[in-house]
Amino acid sequence: MSKRILSVDDSMSIRQLVQFTLEKEGYEVVLATDGRDALEKLRGQRVDMVITDLNMPDVDGIELIKALRTDPEFKFTPIVMLTTESAMDKKDAGRSAGATGWIVKPFKPQQLVAVVKKLIG
Amino acid sequence: MDAQGELYRQEAYELLDTLENALMELEQNPSDMEVVGRVFRAMHTIKGSGAMFGFNDISNFTHTIESVYDLVRERRLDVTPEIISLTLHACDQIRAMLDASAGGPPVETGRTSSIEDAFKGYLDRDTDGPSEAPVTEEAAAPVSEAGCDATWRIRFRPHRDVFANGTNPVLLLGELRGMGECSVVLNMDDLPGLDDLDPEGCYACWDMVLTTGEDANAIRDVFIFVEQNSDITIEKVDREDAPAGDPAYKRLGEILLERGDVDEADLEKALSSQERIGEILVKTGASTTSAVTSALAEQEHVRSSRTRRLASEEASSIRVSASRLDALVNLAGELVTVQARLSSLSARRNDADLLGVAEEVERLSAELRDISMSMRMLPIGTTFAKFRRLVRDLSAELDKDIAFIMEGEETELDKTVIERLSDPLVHLIRNSIDHGLEPPGARTASGKKAQGTIRLAAEHSGAHVLISITDDGAGLDTQAIRAKAVEKGIITPEAVLTEAELHSLIFSPGFSTASSVTSVSGRGVGMDVVRSNIEALGGTVELTSTRGKGTTVTLKLPLTLAIIDGLLVTVSEETFVLPLSAVVECVELTETGRNRTHGRHIIKVREEIVPYIPLRGVFSIAGATPKTEQVVITEISGRRVGFVVDRVIGQHQTVIKSLSGLLRGVEGISGATILGDGSVALIVDPIKLAQHADAASCGLHAPRGAIIREKASGLCTP
Repeated sequence: MSKRILSVDDSMSIRQLVQFTLEKEGYEVVLATDGRDALEKLRGQRVDMVITDLNMPDVDGIELIKALRTDPEFKFTPIVMLTTESAMDKKDAGRSAGATGWIVKPFKPQQLVAVVKKLIG
Repeated sequence: MDAQGELYRQEAYELLDTLENALMELEQNPSDMEVVGRVFRAMHTIKGSGAMFGFNDISNFTHTIESVYDLVRERRLDVTPEIISLTLHACDQIRAMLDASAGGPPVETGRTSSIEDAFKGYLDRDTDGPSEAPVTEEAAAPVSEAGCDATWRIRFRPHRDVFANGTNPVLLLGELRGMGECSVVLNMDDLPGLDDLDPEGCYACWDMVLTTGEDANAIRDVFIFVEQNSDITIEKVDREDAPAGDPAYKRLGEILLERGDVDEADLEKALSSQERIGEILVKTGASTTSAVTSALAEQEHVRSSRTRRLASEEASSIRVSASRLDALVNLAGELVTVQARLSSLSARRNDADLLGVAEEVERLSAELRDISMSMRMLPIGTTFAKFRRLVRDLSAELDKDIAFIMEGEETELDKTVIERLSDPLVHLIRNSIDHGLEPPGARTASGKKAQGTIRLAAEHSGAHVLISITDDGAGLDTQAIRAKAVEKGIITPEAVLTEAELHSLIFSPGFSTASSVTSVSGRGVGMDVVRSNIEALGGTVELTSTRGKGTTVTLKLPLTLAIIDGLLVTVSEETFVLPLSAVVECVELTETGRNRTHGRHIIKVREEIVPYIPLRGVFSIAGATPKTEQVVITEISGRRVGFVVDRVIGQHQTVIKSLSGLLRGVEGISGATILGDGSVALIVDPIKLAQHADAASCGLHAPRGAIIREKASGLCTP
């Protein structure tokens, strides 16, 4: 059974890139457009990892991470945040909220794969 | 423009529309933070995704604008009509950049700079905010000590709450293992009793000793996400380029002391008593069993690594010219021959003393021969390594994603064999890449990984070397093969063949199922040439394939060319040698059997009809044909051919001597050997004789298989 990854980002091009990159490596990818959409999609589903942008409308990345960490289903699920160099304070907020790791945008596809492999194998 | 870039452009145009609408709203409600958030987010995405997909000019431009709106968000700057106008101009400029990227008119960079400078003005006014340059390149990697292996001691102690952020420490251990030789020892000293245990807490600590060519930063990077909630120490304890010296490395007590797992005073006290230091330290509670085991593991790890180094430092090598080596091998071969004569003479004389000496000489000359032949052996890895480039270039040319794995590179083969293997291997690899492995699209469509794999492996097996090329591609298409074979007249349409027989049809000359001839392969001269090349080396080719799963081609080669296992046979007074590797069985041919076939040279063996070639006839040997002859049946290129001789003597270790210039052109003889009694036996080349017979019987060079079959069923009139 291949591992399933949820990619959350309000940018369609990023979502597509993440999906294309990870599906090539044999992972299954589910997409969501923001935090609220993500929580909807996660209802009743198992995922092995969540990759989320931090800056999204409605429910943003930090709130999503907090919500996931209080849910026993996702308490120990690896969560990776997509951050930008100029928003390091957001990155710290993400870590306090319980994110497992981060990738700085812009990133190369291989970096994404390396982080995924590091956290879920 | 690639697909990803196009996607971004579409998204960016949409975002600009959203942005402009938001700006209009903001103009009406300059203090509405929700609208400011929308503006900021749109800028942020245009910037971030722009950098991702190579639109660096847009990314750099929007960076400054984003920073300004960040100030607005933090209420450090108020929205003014000027800012709104400026931002609208910026949107136009971004649009112009997007248009330019798809071949539109070039951007007026002057305008870009002036808008940017205007925004910068707002930033400068805010003295608190830092202005950071956008980083569009990766940070330069720290300078590392490249190349030299070193051994590191790593202690990884995650904090109790490390699981709470989704970390799995075990995966990090795997990552370290992937960097080199790594010994891992678990330390569970902190594990409390069940009453005090928090099931969601981490009580484990790991000690690792890792030998790797990577530097400290690479090791630290493994722990990049857990640095803040674990204790990590990384220290170098040995370097591969330091002389091995004494492999013993540090003593246990030293290691424990260095790690802080024992107190100096306790160590001293323990050392002064007689027992083994580790036991004492555990017994006296000065340290724990886990700590001691772990330190011992480090000791062992570095010790064996140093011993290995020592061994390789002492072993040295020397260059020898190939011709001198050949001369040595030749002499060793001659010695074996003369020794055979000595042995048979001494046996005849029945002199005990002489027999003893003869045995001694036999033993020594066998050893000399073995060692001199082994000097011609080289690891096949050098040939394999060339193929990496080939695979890379071919997969790029054909747009396929291929991983190339090599195994058994240290397997040794005779130098000449390796040289003559190169071409056949190239052909087989090309076949795999061109015909076997599917393009990434087709692969994912059928549930396979997009990346295909070719594995090239070598291993010893008895007196042979097995080289296999395995791919996880589409496998052979038996339907296509069958159709092609019928089309080329290789088989009749009604012929019934097993899957294995269909697979072996691809070795027929002129066969190829590639519908278009690519520059890489498809010309159809390949597989039969591969097979005859391998058989000329005294080896065999086998093929197994499963449709949809992949194909494996296995080459079985003798370890050396200079000596073969031969079958000694006689015709009249002449002795010949047939290569035993090709021989499958011997059957008798009586006069009655000969007559039954009315002059056609065929014999029925069980249910199969096997054609034969009488050596007497081929070599025009004088003397009468005996009543009962022997047929030595060989399997060549997938079909059976018999050679008729008077008597079969038996197996004989044949040292091959090449024929001199005059005789070298003789077809059907591949060399000669000197027998124990000093006489000469010619070594028969069954492949050439069979080809010769084919050509002679029908007057033309048609596909071998067809001819033999037709001959056997009497359709071809001689």
